[in-house]
Amino acid sequence: MDIKYGLAATFNSAKEIYDAAGKVREEGYKEWECYTPIPVHGLDAQMGVGRSKVPCFTLLGGITGFCTGMLIVWFMNAYDYPLIVGGKPYFSPIYPFPVFYELTILFAAFGTLFGMFFLNRLPRHNHPVFEHPSFGRTGDDKYMIVIEIEDPKFDDEETKDFLKSVGGKSITMIREPIDS
Amino acid sequence: MSVNATDHGDSISPELMKKVKPAKWEEKPLVLNKRNFHWVTEKICGIVEQKTPTWWWWCFITAMGIASFTGLGLVYLVSTGVGVWGNSNPVNWGWAIVNFVFWIGIGHAGTLISAILCLLKQKWRTSINRASEAMTVFAVMCAGIFPLFHVGRVWFAWWLFPLPNSNAIWPQFRSPLEWDVFAVSTYFTVSILFWYMGMIPDLAVIRDRAKETWRKYFYGFLAMGWRNANNHWRNFEMAYLLLAGLSTPLVLSVHTIVSFDFAVANLPGWHTTIFPPYFVAGAIFSGFGMVLTLLLPLRAIFRLHDLITEKHIDNMCKIILATGSMVGYAYAMEFFIAWYGANSYEGFAFINRAFGNYWWAYWIMISCNVICPQLFWFKGIKNNIPLVWIISIFVNVGMWFERFVIANTTLSRDFLPSSWGYYSPTVVDIFTFFGTFGFFSVLFLLFLRFLPLMPMAEVKSVMPAADPHGGKH
Repeated sequence: MDIKYGLAATFNSAKEIYDAAGKVREEGYKEWECYTPIPVHGLDAQMGVGRSKVPCFTLLGGITGFCTGMLIVWFMNAYDYPLIVGGKPYFSPIYPFPVFYELTILFAAFGTLFGMFFLNRLPRHNHPVFEHPSFGRTGDDKYMIVIEIEDPKFDDEETKDFLKSVGGKSITMIREPIDS
Repeated sequence: MSVNATDHGDSISPELMKKVKPAKWEEKPLVLNKRNFHWVTEKICGIVEQKTPTWWWWCFITAMGIASFTGLGLVYLVSTGVGVWGNSNPVNWGWAIVNFVFWIGIGHAGTLISAILCLLKQKWRTSINRASEAMTVFAVMCAGIFPLFHVGRVWFAWWLFPLPNSNAIWPQFRSPLEWDVFAVSTYFTVSILFWYMGMIPDLAVIRDRAKETWRKYFYGFLAMGWRNANNHWRNFEMAYLLLAGLSTPLVLSVHTIVSFDFAVANLPGWHTTIFPPYFVAGAIFSGFGMVLTLLLPLRAIFRLHDLITEKHIDNMCKIILATGSMVGYAYAMEFFIAWYGANSYEGFAFINRAFGNYWWAYWIMISCNVICPQLFWFKGIKNNIPLVWIISIFVNVGMWFERFVIANTTLSRDFLPSSWGYYSPTVVDIFTFFGTFGFFSVLFLLFLRFLPLMPMAEVKSVMPAADPHGGKH
């Protein structure tokens, strides 16, 4: 048993998919995606998607790191076990600068990586597009647009003709196998 | 690809352009011989997918043999005591700090290439950044060995971290050595994150090409289900840029904090404000030396001449020349300040450096670090690949001696002549350090065998075919 996932059309160059993506957006499709071997410059604007939200996670991580750094230095050297060393104060925001500076960067980096994973909904080792026979080529030198059947405007024949009209080649229906 | 300088100007003021007659600016392509995307994929994946070459096994076995020197040296050290090293009063740091700073410094070029050159939009970095980042990670691993075992009772090394222990005592955050723990462990972790994240799209390519089951699982697991979707790329590119932005202040801070180990101490020859910038410049200098030492043989073995072009090598030589000159300037400035500062202890420390008990180390340092890179002013030398490789090795040797000179000349001649001594390493010191080159090579060979050597997507991105406007902006 399998269920339909969407229609895939391949393109041979960055220019072709760039132009085609603009047309798909103008046509009013909402549930669709471009698969490209490289991040194509300007494709976000063509697809009508905004800026990535990863920086929010970076900021969150950075603030957490900064506070953690400050907190551990204060707690360990000034509160839990104060030690006099070299006549320096128990706590000051100056001397442990390297500690919270490094922790800010460390936590911000984790925030960035995990934010990227979270926003991309990864790890996800199964996905219907992997069923496309030449999906692997999208990591090599082919470009692909997939319009999902979830899209309100989706229609087997019309969408197929539309993809053909924007220059798509070898248009295939992706089917997702399911256990029945 | 030739870009005409009049392309932009013509439409704005054609009259002026006719008068000025701008020269044609020939920009050398970053991938030669008009290779296409598929060729890049085949080339890079081919290295991982081919049958293990015989030379690889020979190198691997040799590297393992060399690495065992470190293993044996450390076993002997742990079972006997730190006394098996040549460290003694007043030179308590000996080779341990020299080797630590040496290896950490080497790592810096990888981060410079992957982060700072990324922010500066230097497109030529793409074909060399993955291997350099791998170099960074492995070099930091080698560096970590020395302070870890220098603490003496290595099983208590975790006391360096702010973890509760049975003595109910915490790390002392006013010490630069504790700052170093944070700087180096952060540097190591962030370098791995950056390296790994950049690799995800390439691991997905290898996963999709894999035929054997173990490959599908291994690369499939590492690729995290990456699907080349534009939405993925959008978040990935933002994350990459942010990590580059985070790594830039990080890499500058790491060697700065390493230099604090010296500069915060009140010893003549160490207690100087020039140390942070001078250490960072030296680190990048030595790192690029190591990048060339590693990449030139790789280029020949895997025939990567179309990807690592003469332009790349030329650029790296220029960076070595620039940072080498900065290092030379710093050496001169240290002497000037020692004289200008009119502090007799400081003055003695520097005269002693150049003409004292370790004069030979000082002059090896000067010839390798100051004189050698100046040869890169000459085009004939920059284009002579074997010669570039030899100079890159001199740079590495010179930078090791720099750390030796800084650490040992000062310590062996401290304030009290009664405690003066002459430090020499023991056989255990020498073997342990020698073995780290094997350890580094083992890791690097495994990287070559199992992970993509170049970021394919990034290399493709700088090729003309990646431009969605067909060359017209």
